[in-house]
Amino acid sequence: MKLEQCIELAHGAGGKSSRRLIEQVILAECRNPLLEPLADAAIIEWDKTRYALTTDSYVVSPLAFPGGSIGELAVNGTVNDLAVSGAKPLVILSSWILEAGLSMEVFQREVKAMARAAKAASVIIAGGDTKVVEHGKGDGLYITTTGYGLVEPGVNLGPHRVEVGDKILLSGPIGDHGITVLLARGEIELEATLKTDSRPLWPMIEPMIRLEPSAIKWMRDPTRGGLASVLNELAHDIGFGVMIEEELIPIRQEVRGACEILGLDPLHIASEGQFVAVVDQKKAVDFQKLLNDIPGGEEARIIGVISDKPSGKVVTLSAYGGSRMVDMLVGDPLPRIC
Amino acid sequence: MCLAIPGKIVEMDPYDQMPFIQTALVEVSSVRRRINIELIKDEEPKPGDWVLIHVGFALAKISEREAQDQLRILSMLGEDKQAMEELQGYSMEEEKKT
Amino acid sequence: MQYVDEFRDSRLIKKTIETIQQLADPTVHYRIMEVCGGHTFSIYRFGLHALIPSNVELIHGPGCPVCVLPMGRIDEGLRIAEDPKVILTAFGDMMRVPGQTDSPLVLKAKGRDIRMVYSPLDSLKLAKEHPKKEVVFFAIGFETTAPATALTLLKAQEWGIKNFSVFCNHVLILPAIRAILDSPDLRLDGFIGPGHVSTVIGCRPYAFVAQNYKKPIVISGFEPLDILESILRILRQLKEKKSEVENQYGRVVPWEGNRTALKLLERVFELRSYFEWRGLGFIAQSALKIKKEFSYWDAELRFGTQGITLTDPKAAQCGEVLKGVLKPYQCKLFGRSCNPEHPVGALMVSSEGACAAYFHHVYQKTEL
Repeated sequence: MKLEQCIELAHGAGGKSSRRLIEQVILAECRNPLLEPLADAAIIEWDKTRYALTTDSYVVSPLAFPGGSIGELAVNGTVNDLAVSGAKPLVILSSWILEAGLSMEVFQREVKAMARAAKAASVIIAGGDTKVVEHGKGDGLYITTTGYGLVEPGVNLGPHRVEVGDKILLSGPIGDHGITVLLARGEIELEATLKTDSRPLWPMIEPMIRLEPSAIKWMRDPTRGGLASVLNELAHDIGFGVMIEEELIPIRQEVRGACEILGLDPLHIASEGQFVAVVDQKKAVDFQKLLNDIPGGEEARIIGVISDKPSGKVVTLSAYGGSRMVDMLVGDPLPRIC
Repeated sequence: MCLAIPGKIVEMDPYDQMPFIQTALVEVSSVRRRINIELIKDEEPKPGDWVLIHVGFALAKISEREAQDQLRILSMLGEDKQAMEELQGYSMEEEKKT
Repeated sequence: MQYVDEFRDSRLIKKTIETIQQLADPTVHYRIMEVCGGHTFSIYRFGLHALIPSNVELIHGPGCPVCVLPMGRIDEGLRIAEDPKVILTAFGDMMRVPGQTDSPLVLKAKGRDIRMVYSPLDSLKLAKEHPKKEVVFFAIGFETTAPATALTLLKAQEWGIKNFSVFCNHVLILPAIRAILDSPDLRLDGFIGPGHVSTVIGCRPYAFVAQNYKKPIVISGFEPLDILESILRILRQLKEKKSEVENQYGRVVPWEGNRTALKLLERVFELRSYFEWRGLGFIAQSALKIKKEFSYWDAELRFGTQGITLTDPKAAQCGEVLKGVLKPYQCKLFGRSCNPEHPVGALMVSSEGACAAYFHHVYQKTEL
C-alpha cells in the first residue's frame, strides 16, 4: 500500500497506518539487524550480557486524568517496554518539550509524578533535556523517555519461538486507560468511575521469568491500538492464526458500558498497565496461577491459543460458536451512532 | 440503522433546574450520561425504567414483560409444539385482535 | 435484566439455529435482505453469517445513512467548513467518509475546525459556548435520528440561538425499501426489517411489503438472538406461504410508533420532492428538508448550496453492493484500491457498510 502524502492523525494511532509509516519510512531508511524485529525494545549484546534499549514519547491530552497523568505514563510506558522484552528496567533518561505559558505548577507536578513513578518502578532518572517552544506549538507538555535495562538470562522472546498450541495469557482488564482519557477530554460527557491502569509490569513479569524463562515465547503491552493491534502484529509475524475467546477477555463493566454507548470495540482501546504473553501450553496454567496470586494480577486469564489456521489472522470465538476476524485498528477509534 | 442501546434511568432531573429541557441520568453498564427524555414524555418515564438511547435521546421505553415473553418462547423451541404456535403470535393480524 | 447478555445466551442461540435448520427447505435457496446497516454490522460482529444454513443467503440492504449519501453532498458539507468562522460538527460515523478528495478527519488534521459530537444537542451547546463562531451540524440518519435533529432545531428556536444551523441529509427508509422491491435485478424472499427506525414509525407502514409485494417482513432487534429469531420467523412464514408484517422487537418497538417523535418530524421537516441516493439514483419524496418556519437554521440557505454532483469512479460498484445485487468482494475494487484506510466509497469506511463488515470480519473464503 502506498504511503500517504501528508502525515495524518491516523499515523499515530497504533494501527495499520502507524505500522506502514514505520516500515516504509523508518525501517526502509535505517534498516539494520537490531531494528528489523520492530519489537518494543532493541536488544544489544555486549560481552555476553544482553541489554535492552527503548524510547517512547508521550503526547497525551489532557495532561492529567483520573488515576494519573502524563508524568506517570512517561515512566511506566517506557519501563514496561523493557519489561515485556524480558529486561529488568534500570535507568531512564527524560526529555521535556515545554510550551511557553505552561503553568510552572503543572510542570512541577509532572516531574514529581515522574519521580514517584520512577521510585515505584525501581529506576533512576539519570539525565535528560528540556526545550521550550512557542505558545501554541506544544499542547502544554510533551515528554520523551528512553529506558535501559538488563535482559534476564534464559529469556528468549520473539515470533520465531511461537508454536501452534501455545497459549495466550492476558494480565488483566483491557481498555481502562483509553476510555479514562477519552472521558477526561470532556467532549462526550459520560460519567464513570474509571481510572487509568498505568503501572509498572516488571513485578508481574519477573516472577514468571524466575519460574521458567524459556516457557515465555513473546510479550507485548497493548497500548495504542489495543489488544487487537498487538495480536495482529503477532499473527502477521508468525504466519499462524491467533484464536481468542471473546468471553474470556477481562473487561471492566465501565469500559464495556462506555464502548457500548459510543460504539467502540474494547479490543482497540489502549491499556497502560497490562501485558499479553504467548506461553508454552504446558506452563500456561502455572503462569496464570502465579499472576493471580500477585496483587494486581488477580484477573489474569488465558484468553486464547495459537492455531495452525487461519494464517496471519486473529479470530475471536463467541460462546455460541460464532466467529469473526479481529482486524487491526484503522485510524483512531471514533464513536459511532450507527 | 443504528446504534441504540438499553439503559436504566437512575435519576430524573428536576425540570426547573434545566428550563426548557427534560433530561434524566441514565446508566449503561456502570457508565452514566444525561439523556433527553422529551421524546417519551407521554410514557411518563421514571427511575428504574429501562429506555432505548440513541444520540443522547431516549426513543422508547423497554418492556420487561415483552422481553421475558420472548425469551420464554425461545427457550421452548424444539421442546414444545406450543412454542412454535406461540411464535405465530406477533403478526399484524394478531395485533388487531389484541 | 440487562437487555444485552440475555439476548446473547448460547443455549437459546443454539436452539434457534437448530430450529432454523429444521425449517429451511434444503432444496430452496432463500434470499433474505437485512435492510438496516446496523443489522449488517451485528451479523458480522457476532459471526452469525457462519451459523445459518448455507442455503439461507443474507443480502445486505441500503439502510446505512452514511453509505447512501452521495459524494457531492459530503463535499457540500465540507465546503461549508471552509469558512474560518464555521465549526462543522458531525457524528463519528461521518468523520472518515471521503468526499472527492478528503474526509472530514483529514481536513481536521489539516487545520479546519471540524468536531465530532455524540448528539445534535452537543452541537447546539457548542453554539452557545462560542457566540462568535457559526456552528453547523451535519445531520445524517434515517427516521431514528431525525427526531433528535428536529428537537434540536426546536430548542434553537426556543432559545433564540442564532449562530447555529443544520445541514440536513435525513433520508427515509420506506422509499428505499420500495426502490429495492421495484428493482428488476433483485429476487428477494423476505426482509429483516429495521428495528430502531420502527420505534419511531411503528410497524404499520410496512404493510405494503406484505400485502402488495407479498414478502414477509419481520421487524428485528439487533442482538444475535433477535436476528436469528427474525430469520426463523421469515422461514416459518415462507413455509406456510404467508406474507405478513411481524414485530420481533416487541420489547422496544410499539406498533403505532412514537407519536411525539412523529409529530415533531411533521412540525420541523417536510419532504423534498426528490433526493439522490448513492447507488439507487434519484428517489421521489425520500428525504427531509427543513420547513420554512425553521429556515433560519437551515445551513443550505444560510451558506447557499451549490448542488455539487459527483459521480463515483466508474469501477466502483457501490450502488450494486448497496442494492444487494453484488456482494462486496465481487466489486473489482474491493480489498485492492478500496479498503478501510483508502476507501473509495462510504460502504468501506462506514462501520455499517457491507464492504467494511466483510473486510474487517470475514476471513474464510468458504464464508463468502
